[in-house]
Formats: sequence, C-alpha cells, structure tokens
Amino acid sequence: MAYDKLIFERSSEGRVGYSLPESPVADYDIDASLTREADPELPEVSEFDVIRHYTNLSFKNHGIETGFYPLGSCTMKYNPKINQELSSNEAFTAVHPLQPAESVQGLLKIYYETQRMLSEVSGMDTYSLNPYAGAHGELVGLLIIKAYHESKGDHKRTKIIVPDSAHGTNPASAKVAGFDVVEVASNCEGDTCDGTVNIESLKDVLDDEVAGIMLTNPNTLGMFEKDILKVAELVHEAGGLLYYDGANLNPIMGVARPGDMGFDITHINLHKTFSTPHGGGGPGSGPVGVTKELKPFLPAPIVRKAGDFYLVDEASELSIGRISQFFGNMNVVVKAYAYMLSTGRDYLPEIAKLSTLNANYVRESLKDTYELPVDEICKHEFVFDGLKNPPEGVRAIDVAKRLLDFGMHPPTVYFPLLYKESMMVEPVENESKQTLDEFIKTMRTIAKEAEEDSDTLKNAPYTTPVRRLDEAQAARKPRVKFKDLL
Amino acid sequence: MHKYLPHTEADIKAMLDAIGVERIEDLFAEIPDSLKDFEMDLPKAHSEMELRKHFRELAKMNQPLIPFAGAGAYDHYTPSIIPYLIERQEFLTAYTPYQPEVSQGTLQYVFEYQTMITELTGMDVSNASMYDGATATAEAMFLAQATRKKNRVLVSATLNPYVRDVIDTYAHAKGIEVVTLPEVDGASDFSALEGSLDDDTAALIVQSPNVYGVIEELEGVKETLKQKKALLVVNQDPSTLAYLKPPADHGADIVVGDAQPLGIPLYFGGPYIGYMAATKKLMRKMPGRICGATEDTDGRRAFVLTLQAREQHIRRDKATSNICSNQSLMALFVTIYLSLMGVKGLKDVQKTSYNHAHYLYENLKGLKQFEAPFERPFFKEFTLRTTLDAEKMNQALKEKGYLGPFAHGTYDASKADLVTFAVTEKRTKEEMDELIRILGAL
Amino acid sequence: MKVPKNLYYTDTHEWVKVDGDKALIGITDFAQNELGEIVFVELPEESDPVEKGEEFSAVESTKAASEIMSPVSGVIVEVNNELEEAPELLNEDPYKYWIVKIELEDESELETLKDADAYQKLIEE
Repeated sequence: MAYDKLIFERSSEGRVGYSLPESPVADYDIDASLTREADPELPEVSEFDVIRHYTNLSFKNHGIETGFYPLGSCTMKYNPKINQELSSNEAFTAVHPLQPAESVQGLLKIYYETQRMLSEVSGMDTYSLNPYAGAHGELVGLLIIKAYHESKGDHKRTKIIVPDSAHGTNPASAKVAGFDVVEVASNCEGDTCDGTVNIESLKDVLDDEVAGIMLTNPNTLGMFEKDILKVAELVHEAGGLLYYDGANLNPIMGVARPGDMGFDITHINLHKTFSTPHGGGGPGSGPVGVTKELKPFLPAPIVRKAGDFYLVDEASELSIGRISQFFGNMNVVVKAYAYMLSTGRDYLPEIAKLSTLNANYVRESLKDTYELPVDEICKHEFVFDGLKNPPEGVRAIDVAKRLLDFGMHPPTVYFPLLYKESMMVEPVENESKQTLDEFIKTMRTIAKEAEEDSDTLKNAPYTTPVRRLDEAQAARKPRVKFKDLL
Repeated sequence: MHKYLPHTEADIKAMLDAIGVERIEDLFAEIPDSLKDFEMDLPKAHSEMELRKHFRELAKMNQPLIPFAGAGAYDHYTPSIIPYLIERQEFLTAYTPYQPEVSQGTLQYVFEYQTMITELTGMDVSNASMYDGATATAEAMFLAQATRKKNRVLVSATLNPYVRDVIDTYAHAKGIEVVTLPEVDGASDFSALEGSLDDDTAALIVQSPNVYGVIEELEGVKETLKQKKALLVVNQDPSTLAYLKPPADHGADIVVGDAQPLGIPLYFGGPYIGYMAATKKLMRKMPGRICGATEDTDGRRAFVLTLQAREQHIRRDKATSNICSNQSLMALFVTIYLSLMGVKGLKDVQKTSYNHAHYLYENLKGLKQFEAPFERPFFKEFTLRTTLDAEKMNQALKEKGYLGPFAHGTYDASKADLVTFAVTEKRTKEEMDELIRILGAL
Repeated sequence: MKVPKNLYYTDTHEWVKVDGDKALIGITDFAQNELGEIVFVELPEESDPVEKGEEFSAVESTKAASEIMSPVSGVIVEVNNELEEAPELLNEDPYKYWIVKIELEDESELETLKDADAYQKLIEE
C-alpha cells in the first residue's frame, strides 16, 4: 500500500526540524493585547521526517522525467538541469529587488537580453518580463489595448473578439480587463470545424466598438491561421489591435513571427516554449511584447540600457501601471535565458520543425484508430475526437485513465470544446521516435481493449497510487484542510 | 544535432515517409512565404562549458547586499533541504494536477499548504496560491466586488505603495473606484472610516503590519464596516502570525499577502507566492485553484482539485478571475518551511527578528541623525525620520555592502525624510552595530 | 428524456409550474443530464425581485456550470433550501425539486414560453 500520511499525521509533540544560532540581543516585550490566544497548529517533525515524507509524496507524481507527457497546449518539454544549476547561484538568488542598479548589473543584463531575444524570436519591438504567467500576460496585453484606445480618446471600444476554439483564459482575461467578449465562428466543413477564423464571420463582428482580437496561432487544433494576414488587415482597418496568445509559439519559432503577421501585442509562456519547469502549476512567466507604437503603455518597472549600463526606470505617463510587486518571476527568467543561449539561433528553428514532425507522425499513425476531425497537416499538436469506433459508453476519459497504467501521461482531454471527446496531443521535440512508437502502440492496444472488454477501460487505472476519484463528493461537501477530515 | 533533440537522419526520413511528405519544410507549406523571410539577431548556440563561463561573468556583475530593507521582500533563512526537495523532478517538472491519479504528490502538498495558511490566518479556507501579495490583494478586491455587487473600495493609505499601484491598475480594468482612507501617525485613521463608507463600498483593504512596520489596531473596524455591508480585507505578512492576533479574530472576510517571508529567497523579486484565505461563505467565489479531499473507487483517501466551476476553464468569461497557472512550487516551498519550523521554530525566527528590530530601533533613535516620527507598536520593520538625505545615506551603506532602508520619498516626495528598516533573524548583532556606526558617522 | 406535459419550458432548459399566482422554477431532465453530477446550487435571497431573462441562480457540476435564467418576472418568495445540503436531488428528480418559487408579476409572460411538445422538439434537434 502506498504511503498515505499527511505531514500533520507524522507530528509528535516536542520534535523540531530546524536549528538557529543564539542571538546575543536581549528580549524585548511584546504587548499581550496584540498577540494571539492560541497557537496555530503546525506539524512537529524532525528534518528527516520531512525529507522522507516529501520524498514519498514525490513518488505519487508523474513528471516529465518519469515518462511521456503529451499534454496538449502545455508544451511539456525537457527542463534542462544546467538551467536549474545556473539560476541557483547566490549571485542571482540572494539579491533584494530594491538593490540599486549598479549592484545588479548581471541580473538586469539577463532581463534586458531576454527582452531583446524574445523580440527577435517574435518580431516585436520590446518586452516586459513582469507578468507572472500566461493568463497574467493576457490581462496585461488587454490593459494595453484598453489604454491605447483611451489615449486616443476612443472610449466606445468595449469588445474583444475571441474564437470559439480559444483557451478559457482568453475570455476570462477579457472580462477581467473590463471588456465584453464576442465569439467568432471558425471555418467548418459540414459539422467539422478546424478552429481557424472564418473571414466572413469576422467581418460580421467587426465594428467601431471592437477593441481587438485575441488569437493563438497555430490554434488549439494545431492549425496555422492561413488567412492571418487578411485577419490582421481587417482588424486594423476596423481600428482594432491584434493580440497573440503565445501558448503555441513552439512550432513556429524561427519559422514565422507574430510581429510579421501583424500582431501588435504578444505574450510568451517561458514555462512552455522556453523550457522552464512547470512546477506542478507554476511559477511560470508570461512576458508581454509590443510594437514600437505601444511601448509607452508597458507596465512598470522598465529595464533599459543606457550606453553599457542597465537601469531600472519608471514607466511613461501612458503606462497601464504596475502589475506585479517587483520584476515578475525573475528567477524563472534566468532559466529561460540560459535555455535560449544553449539553443541559440541555430536550434530554435529545429525545435519548431521537430515538434511539428513529431505531432504529424503520431497523428498520421493513429488516425485509423482514433477519430481525427481535421485530417490536415498540423503544427505541434492535434486533436482526436475519441476512439474511431467507441463501444457503448467508452469515452475519452477512459482512454486517458488507461494510459496511466502504461506509465504515460494522457493528452489534454475535453479541450478544446469544439468536439465532445477532445484529446489534444502534443509530443514535444525532445521525444524520440522510439517513445512515439511506444505511445502509438499503446494507444492501439487500448483501442483493442475497448473493443474486447470495455470495462478494462472504464475501471482504469489499476496501477496508480490511487484509482479514479469521486470528484462529486469533493465538490458537494468540500473538505479543504486537515481539520475538515477530523 | 543538439543534445536536447533526439532525431537521427534515419528517424526523420522514416517519419516523413509515414506522414507522406518529402521534407520537413513541407509541413509548413501553408504558412505564406512572405512570413518566412526574416533574420533573427540571436547568439549562437552555447555549449554547456561556454554557458557556465558566461554565467560566471554575469554572477560577477551582481553584488548581493546585506539587506536592511523589506518593503515586501524579507531576508529570512532558507533551510537547506527545501531547495533539495522542491527540485525533485516529480514536483518540479509536473504541470497542474489535472490527472489526480498521478498527481497525488502535488495535490497532497497543496492540501497541507491550505491547512497551514488557514491555521496561521484563522480563516476557513485557503486557495492553492496566487502570483504575489500584490495581485492577491487586487484579486481580493475583485472577490469583494463580485460578492457584494458594489463598485467602490476603500484602501488604507498605509498600504505598501507597490501593492497599491497594482490595486489601482486592476481597479481601472474593471472600473472600480479606489478611495484612500487617510493615515494618522503611521497608522490608518479609522476615525475617518465611518465617514468614508457609503452604500456602494464593497470592502476596506488594510495592511498590518503596514508599510511603516506598524501593527494596525483593527479592533472595532469590522463593526463599522458591517453597517454598510462592506467586507474587511487584511493584507498581512503570514510569518508574523506565529505571534500576532490572526486576522480572523478581527472579523476579516478575506486575508491576503505574500508568503515570501516564510523562507523563500529574495530572488530579485520572484518567484514569491501570494496567498488568499477567506470565510466559508466566500469559498465558492474565490479565485484560483482549491484542493479538496475525497476517496478513490477503492475507498482510499485522495485529493483532487475541486470547486472547479469557479474557474476560467469552465466559467470562461463568467469567471471572477482569469488566473490559471499559479505559484504551486512555491506553495510546496512554504509547506516544507512550515513543517520544519513548526510553531516553535516560526516563533523563534519571528521573536529574534522582533528583538533585532527593536534593538536597532532603540540604538538608531539615539543618534542625532534620527528620530521616531510616531510611537506605535511594530514588528520587524520600523520607520524613522532622518535629517540625512536618504539617497546619499543608502549610497554610503551600499559602499559598505549594505542595502539601506526603504525610502518613502521614492513614491511620495512629502515623505522624503521617512525611512523604514527591516531586520530579520539573519542580521547579526555585529552587522547591526556596524550599521549604527556607519550611520552615526554620516 | 422526460418532458412532463403540464409544464412550461424555456429555450435555456428551465421549467415553470404554475401554482395559483406563484410559479415554481426548476431545470429540466435534459439540463441535469447535460451538466452531469450536480455539486452545488447557488440560491438567491428570498424577497429578491427578478426580471424575466435575468440570471438568478447557478447550478454547478464537477465539469460544468450553468446560469439559471428566470423564465418570468416577479419576486422570489421561497427558495428550496433542501438543495443547499443535497444538490444531487436535481439529478435524481429534476421535476420534483424546484429551485425557487416566484410570485408572478405578469401572467401573460407565460404565453411566451414553450409547451412540452415544442420543448421536446427543441431538445431533439
């Protein structure tokens, strides 16, 4: 039976897990009226207890180094160890964010050079690295759109156009930024839609109330927006701006650039495209890039270079303001910078090409077994709509859960919302042909199992630390802390 | 080929054959040629040896100073096993625990983290983390707006100016009116509270200890807010809660802040971790992820992301927040820190910080260059009025290897003579004595 | 999918049962089936006024959420507090468990709603 204790359940009164030097400074009194009556209940454990506990917890996780992790839209690529090592140097970690610029030239150089390299890769004028994650970058980008229109005295632009295939964060960010969301339909053949923007539908929704459009290119189905230049032209003609959600930048790096496509604002997920660890859901980093015209709207603080000196500047009058306490997730940026140097101009295009090759290889190899709504060359990812011939009651989730028994992380399931049984597969460039062949073989095995005895799938997984969970129970009677369990 | 890329010529050939195209370039045929024609001015690929050398040079360009400043980032000690444990690939490289069967490691530490945050704050429920203390405070404003359905918030003048700036940015997005509750002698002027409230006020946001380091007197504040059905939002450094009265005792509805002081290195500003805790009543409107306990089909205890209908991936444009990725790994950081320290250790750290701050305060106050601008209780940060030019003072300290106090003149010229020192358990008596000597000689 | 004859229906899958000058409002069998396991019903306050078409409640499942729009205008005179503790009742018998009782302001609004046959046709599409 797998280890199943909470740290609180290992606690023994009087045990300690720390050591501190004695201070020669005398005690100063603290007014009793300010202090708490009862102590908070924290565990009392030894250092070794803590090591063993969290090591055992780690065994219950599937990480990138554990096995294949083709989670669509998340770009689960290898997180190089050298980046971890370099970023752990005290010269980068033991530095207070309020240190004067002359004492942090190394860090400011990394910030500045990363801005510059991201600009080269994406065709933008410059970047702010302050946003903490993709969704945070979206919010920042949308606030820039808002500030831009306001600066021109144009207050009626209240609408943001979002395709129906967009990430959930897009409409949510637009709403948080104070916009109304207008959906635009995608191109369809019969009942099958490929998620790319339908030009006629776009024309229908464009008017002088549109502030901008948010696009992922390639989109969540892995399809490149063939008409992107036309889309840009139409949106710009209508007075709107184009926002690029960089979640899917990986397959076009060094091949094509959002800036050249006509995008005015971009965000890039360093934890996807530039290999920084996902950390179980963060910290990420979501730098926002802009054209020269929009540069004054970037959030504070700004890092600039004057001669050979790197400096921290307040933002311009037009800036959207501050969006983070300091410089964002700077230690994450250090890792992404190291990654960009190790790949350099030579290998960034290779990454794009090989991630695209991998996706197309898997897509082509499995389309006889799994339903492929859009049978076209894709970029780094593609979407199956469940099994081609699903036995009664067998759903995408059952295939996903069965994959766990084979030591593989499933694709993203039930997203995008365009299909009922979406399975979004993203086999990144680090994955070898052998790994992909094993995945293909496993997916076929599972399809066969479904035909022979569908219960094998419906009851899966069998070999994981826990089996399928009762999610309804968790949500109906939420137990969200240790005391709720007692 | 590059060491991160496994494809051999033979692999590529076989894969292209399977796809039915001749060259990799054919996979990009639909991209207009005009878009493919550009140059990237990027460095060449660096080998590992070159990379190490380059980073050694960059490291030399940084000079970590011994900080006597805080203002939202505090230099507490990081026990050695934390970096060791959080760098285990199972924690470090996984993503959001969407497949709970193979994510129990992440889910369980999030559950432990939530428990610890509720213990410290005294609140009913904590989410799984926010980006930083500033954005967590701004999200608390959104939560208050959404639940009270009101469009105005009161913000105390003693809030950290960076947090205030972020609140202003977020408020502008949603058209929320932000009104400042004035300060008096280094603390919020709660005598002005009743007059500042109106029927459209969703919440009061107050920080304690505040930007001057002063512990705010929150007694009775909630009663006044209740008259107008406004919520009490408290921003608090959670490390102080080993000693100080938890915000729940003051009737707080939402408690937020940055948990960086729980052992997270300074990292030049990030990654830190915003936390948010609230009353049960607000649970189903809280932003961010929440982990809950349940059972698997064999009846074993297990953990899962729950109440997901609140979140952007389901609610889309009806979600109260757009947050998706959070600072999960930093939640693990904090959880391990609090496990190691326990209440006793956290109290030790905080009491030492408290003693050190008071020692430095008493000694600096005795110098002719400094005086106390107000007599208020403080914790590990305190404010003095100085006759020195703050910029020159900090320049002189820098030359001796110290980061001087936070200068309030950097955001408000009328406060140019106020400086706030932060002192933690890591500052030795020798360092403090040297600081006193240097400043006394200016 | 059950569609009882004696009720009125909306395009957004609410049902209305008239009881004197009051109307009981719930969600249809189709709606509960689409949502899946219902885990929470956000209940409005009693004595709140609602307009026809206004969102007054939300029903959440583990994988989805749906806003409930009022099919009629009036004042909420009663909410079904049973659903607070046991939201799954809406899965068990969506026509037995109403969400709110509204005092009708304008009975002619009922004529704008669908009858069982028309609703049956809608969900078959």
